[in-house]
Amino acid sequence: MKPKIAFFDFASCEGCQLAVLNCEDILLDILELVDLVEFREAISEKALRYDVAFVEGSIHRDEDIARLRDIRARSTYLVALGACACNGNVQARSNFVAPAVNYAEVYGEAARNRVQVDPEHWPLWAHTRVRPLDAVVKVDAQLRGCPMVPSEFLHLVKSLLKGTQPDFPAVAVCTECKKNENECVFDRGQTCMGQITWAGCNSVCVNNGYVCDGCRGILPDANLAAHLQLLREHKVAEADIRSRYRLFCGAEPIGRGV
Amino acid sequence: MSEGGKTYTIDVNHVTRVEGHGRIHISTRQGTVETVELCITEANRFFESLVKGMQPHDIPWIVSRICGICCVGHQLTAIKAVEAALGIQVSPQTVLLRKLLTESQFIQSHVLHVYFLAVPDFLGVKSVLPLAKSHPEVVKRALRLKKLANDFTAVFGGRMLHPMTATLKGWRMLPKLDQVQQVYDRLRDARVDLEETIRVAQTLTIPPYERETEYVCLRHPDEYALYDGQVVSSDGPPPVPAADYRHVTNEFTVAHSTTKWSKWHREAYFVGALARVNNNFDQLSPNAKQAAADLGLKVPCYNPYMNNVAQVVEIVHCADHCLELLQQVLDTGLTEEDISYTARAGRGAGACEVPRGVLFHEYEFDENGRCCKADAVIPTSQNINNIEQDMKTFVPQMLPGMSCEELTLHMEMLLRAYDPCISCSVHMLDVQFVD
Repeated sequence: MKPKIAFFDFASCEGCQLAVLNCEDILLDILELVDLVEFREAISEKALRYDVAFVEGSIHRDEDIARLRDIRARSTYLVALGACACNGNVQARSNFVAPAVNYAEVYGEAARNRVQVDPEHWPLWAHTRVRPLDAVVKVDAQLRGCPMVPSEFLHLVKSLLKGTQPDFPAVAVCTECKKNENECVFDRGQTCMGQITWAGCNSVCVNNGYVCDGCRGILPDANLAAHLQLLREHKVAEADIRSRYRLFCGAEPIGRGV
Repeated sequence: MSEGGKTYTIDVNHVTRVEGHGRIHISTRQGTVETVELCITEANRFFESLVKGMQPHDIPWIVSRICGICCVGHQLTAIKAVEAALGIQVSPQTVLLRKLLTESQFIQSHVLHVYFLAVPDFLGVKSVLPLAKSHPEVVKRALRLKKLANDFTAVFGGRMLHPMTATLKGWRMLPKLDQVQQVYDRLRDARVDLEETIRVAQTLTIPPYERETEYVCLRHPDEYALYDGQVVSSDGPPPVPAADYRHVTNEFTVAHSTTKWSKWHREAYFVGALARVNNNFDQLSPNAKQAAADLGLKVPCYNPYMNNVAQVVEIVHCADHCLELLQQVLDTGLTEEDISYTARAGRGAGACEVPRGVLFHEYEFDENGRCCKADAVIPTSQNINNIEQDMKTFVPQMLPGMSCEELTLHMEMLLRAYDPCISCSVHMLDVQFVD
């Protein structure tokens, strides 16, 4: 029987689901091999059990937690799809400001007050903090990056269809960047997070003239103190270092300043 | 249902085939409409708050993440706003490349919307998937056009989603001319696919509901305005520069709702493909005008369901215009430019047309050149008030002749016709439509 596959999303730009639709060359072949039962962005059908659930987005509210736990309970294998699901992504930067202040900033004082006192608003408005999926449920695999990388998605799908575990080596973006023979970002007079960031993107940003800002998350054994020292040696101001670490990794230890 | 009139309660949770989370709630009693509600259930991400403290060049890179489908539009609008704040001037080459980048995303977004999100309704299926069996040539053509548009974005932006090459002043890495040539060749050869797209659109039965409203978009003296222009309205006021966008959007809070809505001269206004085609029809390419004629789109058009048709017309226009622009790039070549800039205090706004309508961003920087204030007004949040007005007008017209299921489908189709992008709509939590 074909495996039942489903896609779900929480707070995100939904770009990672779009990245799946962007696998045009192989999309129809994959759809021959799986039974796509839920994909709200593209289809209007629903099912009760899933062999593989792909979940995009970060978790902010109680109602998100309940919905994610329900998806987990009905799924055999759960994949965190993209940076929002894997590490909280750019919106985790809002964790450093109290939700009430964020509401006042974006919606005004009256709205902020109403959110605080009106119980009818709590399910939708009770924003606590931005978390990745694995802060709430067990996650079986992570497709990192903002956006996720199509070749990693295909590797995962092929592995699961074959009944093997996908392999995402814990090495730094730097290793891929060296293989691509890019001039080092530091030698160009800029700074980079490629030494401490999960590889798998083929150093796409540096290949295209930019730097690595760590969207794929920080490696578990990364030497954070050494990286901090490196940025200081390159005369990056403390506030800018903090801002940099919180661009994509606000929910990770490096962004939280621990 | 009760005697003497229809009593329905329609609740569509997690509306499908739209970008982001929304809920439609309509209740009717004895044939009269009691409530029409469109609730936005998307969780907040506080973009305007979280960009504080960022360096100027980080802002377009991060706010691109507001939306996957219109990431290029958010990025370029933010770039223009930051440049306005810092007093940065850009070269004609940079403007040329930005136009190509933005129009590549128009083609991508419109193809996706027309084929994947809207056409299934018209053909009576729940998604594009069954069409792979019943209409394989349609699906393959859709994928071919989408891939062309995505590859086009990747050549100019470095990748399809959240591009990294476009920045303040110019390009971190210029497109390779051999790849530009390939895009040109493929786009030229896509003529057949575009003609077939028009033919498919001709077979769609558009619900015949009209409501005249105010149509708002950018207009440029020299061309069909997508990358740049001043804000104009079908109600005919003098054009408004981007810096004065608040005169247009007039965001306001509805009683008992925290959501900011927009209105200009009337109770609501329309942004998006139909507004642009209505206001700037004279500047469309000859092929696009012909497509409009073939599809029965006569301006001014007051049927919101025709927005899908207007998107097809714009796909044709963008393909024609991009061929001209690509030829310019191939003729003149590209030159490396200095993209260094100095951060300083300042405040500036930018406006671009994006596939769903006109988009405004504004940023302010402190004396250290770090962001201290931000604002974004998104096409979907401008349209939401107009969608409510449409629903209020159409539901009583539809009610006598339609079953509950038909009415639900027509409301979902109406919402999808506007191609709403709810992830984008940072202002839009908890929109309440109370009749």
